[in-house]
Amino acid sequence: MSSDHADADGDHTIDDAHNAFVTEATIEGDDDGPLADRTIAIKDNMSTDGVRTTCGSAMLEDYVPPYNATVVDRVLEAGATMVGKANMDEFAMGGTTETSAFGATKNPAAPDRVPGGSSGGSAAAVAAGNADLALGSDTGGSVRNPAAFCGVVGIKPTYGLVSRYGIVAYANSLEQVGPLANTVEDAALLLDVIAGPDPNDATTNDGGADSDYAAAADGDVDGLTVGVITDLIDGAGDDVVETFEASLDDLEAQGAEITEVSLESLEHAVQAYYVIAMSEASSNLARFDGVRYGPDTDAEGNWNEQFAAVREEGFGPEVKRRILLGTYALSAGYHDKYYKKAQDARAWVKQDFDDAFAEVDVLASPTMPVVPPKLGESLNDPLQLYLMDANTVPVNLANLPAISVPAGDVDGLPVGCQLIGPKFGEETIIRAASAVED
Amino acid sequence: MSDSPVDAEEVQHVADLARVDLDDADADEFAAQFADILDYFEALDEVPEIDSDPELVNVMRADEIEESLSQEEALQNAPETEDGFFKGPSVS
Repeated sequence: MSSDHADADGDHTIDDAHNAFVTEATIEGDDDGPLADRTIAIKDNMSTDGVRTTCGSAMLEDYVPPYNATVVDRVLEAGATMVGKANMDEFAMGGTTETSAFGATKNPAAPDRVPGGSSGGSAAAVAAGNADLALGSDTGGSVRNPAAFCGVVGIKPTYGLVSRYGIVAYANSLEQVGPLANTVEDAALLLDVIAGPDPNDATTNDGGADSDYAAAADGDVDGLTVGVITDLIDGAGDDVVETFEASLDDLEAQGAEITEVSLESLEHAVQAYYVIAMSEASSNLARFDGVRYGPDTDAEGNWNEQFAAVREEGFGPEVKRRILLGTYALSAGYHDKYYKKAQDARAWVKQDFDDAFAEVDVLASPTMPVVPPKLGESLNDPLQLYLMDANTVPVNLANLPAISVPAGDVDGLPVGCQLIGPKFGEETIIRAASAVED
Repeated sequence: MSDSPVDAEEVQHVADLARVDLDDADADEFAAQFADILDYFEALDEVPEIDSDPELVNVMRADEIEESLSQEEALQNAPETEDGFFKGPSVS
């Protein structure tokens, strides 16, 4: 499966040394608007009218949407020019962008390392200067993880702040579209553009209507209380923690008060996240049966046999793994043991966060517990990869906003600082993050 | 269940439910990986029952005809169509 690096006129437009794009294609935005003169990379799970949208999968290699996702319409109306569709883990299932059917993306900060994922192409495009801005999606950390690994800024908004209409669904109850950029202010500006209710997505709310998040990037943290989540420090590497703590010292020097908090429920967050995400995925991905879209196979037999053949051919190993585990978790006899318990754990995580925010303004942790792994190093052990998500998935379970901002580096490898806010606390985390990057 | 991890046969059964063909080598590999992953999920047993109010609200709108995709647009990605319809495999 090869990436397409020619635009609509057949021109090679971008030096895509990191395989950040599945398809290079230009869509001009409006002449005026807050994003005029800005270029943007769009994750390849977001529908673009007339430009193929593969989701990083052979299943959708030739799929060309007949309409735009709401977020795509919004960035074009705001004046941005799309330069390409960004590479990603297949169906957003992965944390390294290595499960893409179109080849792995390299980390511009360290080309022998993964860029993180699943929005690895989006983060790499921004880090390499191929685009000023990017859109990613974050189901369990898929914006914050690659932002941290590539040394850029990424925001996961409060659930329902941004429309999911036109996004290829993976786990609906967890995922949000989020911005990536080189600065907190630019990421906040892009969030201003995409936030707000959408009649085509009934889960949207008006929390982001008439927002001015960009104005919140003023670096003023005097009197802000920051609670460090000790449970998420314990599992992180020493060098990562050291870099993270230097950014806390920085915040303290600017007038913030640093305290420690512990959330007991987080011990079960990764388990709960994967049971819920895989269960939702097994249902969502049932639509890929090769009838309305998908590869044309020579399979014989009745419809069950033909669907099973198309799905064998179109899905990669990680997608199959998650569909099967999700099917198992929802099957008779196991629903109460896995799915129902995971929902209890999710409610517990929410309660723990609510209690913590009664005491502090923002919560903080390293975004990722490790530095970016080498390409090819981690793919063979799925469970180890899942555990790498320990610091990001709690935020999705609790529907909260969070930002990853560069905290520094370990021997040249970027480390991200994650700041988590209460529901609709985007301004607070943007303000705090702008003080970290100063 | 930690003492009875799924075997290749059970993986094939689940793959059948999910309509995904698997060859024997894949089923063996998945069985080994699922044993690790399901063992890790076991810890959910320790989670207490939590009373929580769902954050869901009903969202209503008037039932009015709006512009939508044309039939041609809706069919443009289908491998096979006939007389303006999707064409799928026979049901039995």
